[in-house]
Amino acid sequence: MAVPMPSVIQRLSIALASFWRALVDPQFAAAVAKLRADGPAALPPARPEPPHLQAAEPNAALQLLGLLQQEGRFVDFLQEDVAAYSDAEVGAAVRVVHEGCRKTLSQHFTIEAVRAEPEGTRVTLPGGFDAAAVRLTGNVLGQPPFTGSLTHKGWRVTEVRLPKVASGHDLRILAPAEVEL
Amino acid sequence: MSEARYAVGIDLGTTHCALSYVDLTHSQGDEVAQDLMRVPQLTAPGAVEERPLLPSFLYLPHPDELAADDLTLPWASEPGAILGELARSIGARTPIRLVSSAKSWLCHPGVDRRAAILPPGAPGDEVPRLSPYEASVRYLRYLRNAWDQAHPDDDLAAQEVTVTVPASFDPAARELTADAALAAGLQRLVLLEEPQAALYSWIHDSQGDWRNQVHVGDIILVIDVGGGTTDLSLIAVTEREGTLELTRVAVGDHILLGGDNMDLALAHVVKAKLSAEGKSLDPWQVQALTHGCRHAKEALLADPSLDAIPVVVPSRGTRLIGGSIRTELTHDEVARTLVDGFFPGVPVDARPATRARGALTQLGLPYAQDAAVTRHLAAFLAAQTGATADLPGFVASTGGGFLHPTAVLFNGGVFKAKVLAERVLEVVNGWLAADGAPPVRPIEGTDLDLSVARGAAYYGYVRRGGGVRIRGGTARSYYVGVESAMPAVPGIEPPIQALCLAPFGMEEGTEAEIPPQEFGLVVGEPVRFRFFGSSVRRDDQVGVLLEDWPAEELEELEEIQATLPAEGRTPGEVVPVHLRASVTEVGTLRLEAVPRTGSERWKVELNVRSAPGG
Repeated sequence: MAVPMPSVIQRLSIALASFWRALVDPQFAAAVAKLRADGPAALPPARPEPPHLQAAEPNAALQLLGLLQQEGRFVDFLQEDVAAYSDAEVGAAVRVVHEGCRKTLSQHFTIEAVRAEPEGTRVTLPGGFDAAAVRLTGNVLGQPPFTGSLTHKGWRVTEVRLPKVASGHDLRILAPAEVEL
Repeated sequence: MSEARYAVGIDLGTTHCALSYVDLTHSQGDEVAQDLMRVPQLTAPGAVEERPLLPSFLYLPHPDELAADDLTLPWASEPGAILGELARSIGARTPIRLVSSAKSWLCHPGVDRRAAILPPGAPGDEVPRLSPYEASVRYLRYLRNAWDQAHPDDDLAAQEVTVTVPASFDPAARELTADAALAAGLQRLVLLEEPQAALYSWIHDSQGDWRNQVHVGDIILVIDVGGGTTDLSLIAVTEREGTLELTRVAVGDHILLGGDNMDLALAHVVKAKLSAEGKSLDPWQVQALTHGCRHAKEALLADPSLDAIPVVVPSRGTRLIGGSIRTELTHDEVARTLVDGFFPGVPVDARPATRARGALTQLGLPYAQDAAVTRHLAAFLAAQTGATADLPGFVASTGGGFLHPTAVLFNGGVFKAKVLAERVLEVVNGWLAADGAPPVRPIEGTDLDLSVARGAAYYGYVRRGGGVRIRGGTARSYYVGVESAMPAVPGIEPPIQALCLAPFGMEEGTEAEIPPQEFGLVVGEPVRFRFFGSSVRRDDQVGVLLEDWPAEELEELEEIQATLPAEGRTPGEVVPVHLRASVTEVGTLRLEAVPRTGSERWKVELNVRSAPGG
């Protein structure tokens, strides 16, 4: 942490206070002597902040699951055992899931490719590229710039438009049970 | 009143509403700062989303059906009704509580539009009901709330608002729409016909280039097929003092036929195919099938190389794979049902089929009996041969018994399917070619769903002197029925004469002359008159008395009713009055009873409440 540099008046006050304290406090005097001999390296290092992992907010996840279920029967589809059905039957259901989930995706997110080049083309990554947006695989050796073949162009969300949620609404209900009267 | 900052256009549609606005402080000439308001609405219980369109559906939930918290809107909302996307989606499962197509009911002459009759299928007294008028008030008030929340310093009540109505709306339906807007708090209101709004939107989008795309002598045919109605108008391009002018010369009849009918027709084709395989569908599944067919239709119409698109009716239960029904919609079925069913190639002398209606049809909406848009179009062009006769310096090209349009503007979501617009052009050009006339030019609108709202907002701007205006006035002349004085003959209805009250083409804010004929009104008692309109008799002046007329020239509208208050008079006394017509600044027809002496005037009601049980 950067400490602001004291002004002339402040330095005078520090010098006077240190003079009197060194005179009456032997431990303080020893510390000042060490500081004078070794320079600022004598100070104990600042304690590093512990790495901070935050718990993901479940509400947005629940909301998205609900939206995918509502439009695309996403949860119904994944909860069903596909082993019992033929590919044609699964394929028919996938049309419902695909059409609905695709609509949800395009309605609530703007998604674009991370790399505009077609997959398979050779790309060159300069030094300081965004390692979160581009992952290196295979012979990861040497120094940038790196040149390689684009195997997946990546997806990046540029805009999120999730519906606003009423404060009392229970998002854990992904789909309400339906009872026809 | 303070200066309005915005000109707001509201498309109050049968299936969707939209609101667009022009910022007047940042607009000048062809530079117009226009935007569309995204309408916050419930899309699922507890979820509010902004969408460009507000579905015109209103759901009246059971008190135990949804948690109160789940219906929270960004503003303090009226309890007891859900509007928009959520209303549409839950209403599909519980139709007895769903109000839809309120606009079609608003112009249904057989019902009292201020009576609580919707939803029409609601059993018993338990479900609250609304009138078609009240439903319109709710949609407009909802849009007002949404606007006020987004523009806290510029209330909608203080803005110049243009609400669109079908060109074919009768005077009573126009008045109900204007009343609904006033009741919703829109005080600075004008009405605009939807096809005109579509044309304004095209003018606005052309950024001044429209003057190069049309020329004097052009007759633009606007074909607007919305979700629920088909609306036709003819707009002539004329010239005055060297500048181009647009004059709306004719509008078509009210045709309850739209995109929803088309999707439903396809669903029935597929449903019939499924029942041939022994699979029956419940109403929920038919709804899902209609939805699936709409997507398949769009894909098939967009890509002629596709032969068939699978359509899946999802199960209602969680077993999606095991319980879904798979079928397909073929290119042939779409071509047969939509292209040939709704837009058949017909000769120009084809006319829509009509059947005598059974007595029971009054309970439902009077849907068009002939689904062929092209036949309605042929009838319209044939009826309007004289539409341009009165225009000065206008070379009308008619022949073969129909008016020759020279350009076509398509509007409405239906025409997103290019095939359908192409079919209409092909049919119209066939008619023209048979007469040796040149083919029509399609003129390109930009957004088929939003152009009416956009055009309406732009109209609010040009009304203040910002650009070209479409002239035209009323597209009908109006008549009151007079029983001729002759001895009663048993079994024969006394012949009726029609007295012209309002000539064709009355502009907003004008008054017709007072016809010389007098009527005796009984003080304190409502007196009813038969009322007629004509979209083809252009030359009748006020006071003309028609003894006899071809049936297709005069259309009987609802009865009108005059009631003289009893104050200062003896009840039962007969007061001689004249009936006088005017067109208000808002754009509605107004009829008044003017006594021979004195300066009083009494309004004649266009929308008469039905007699009890009637």
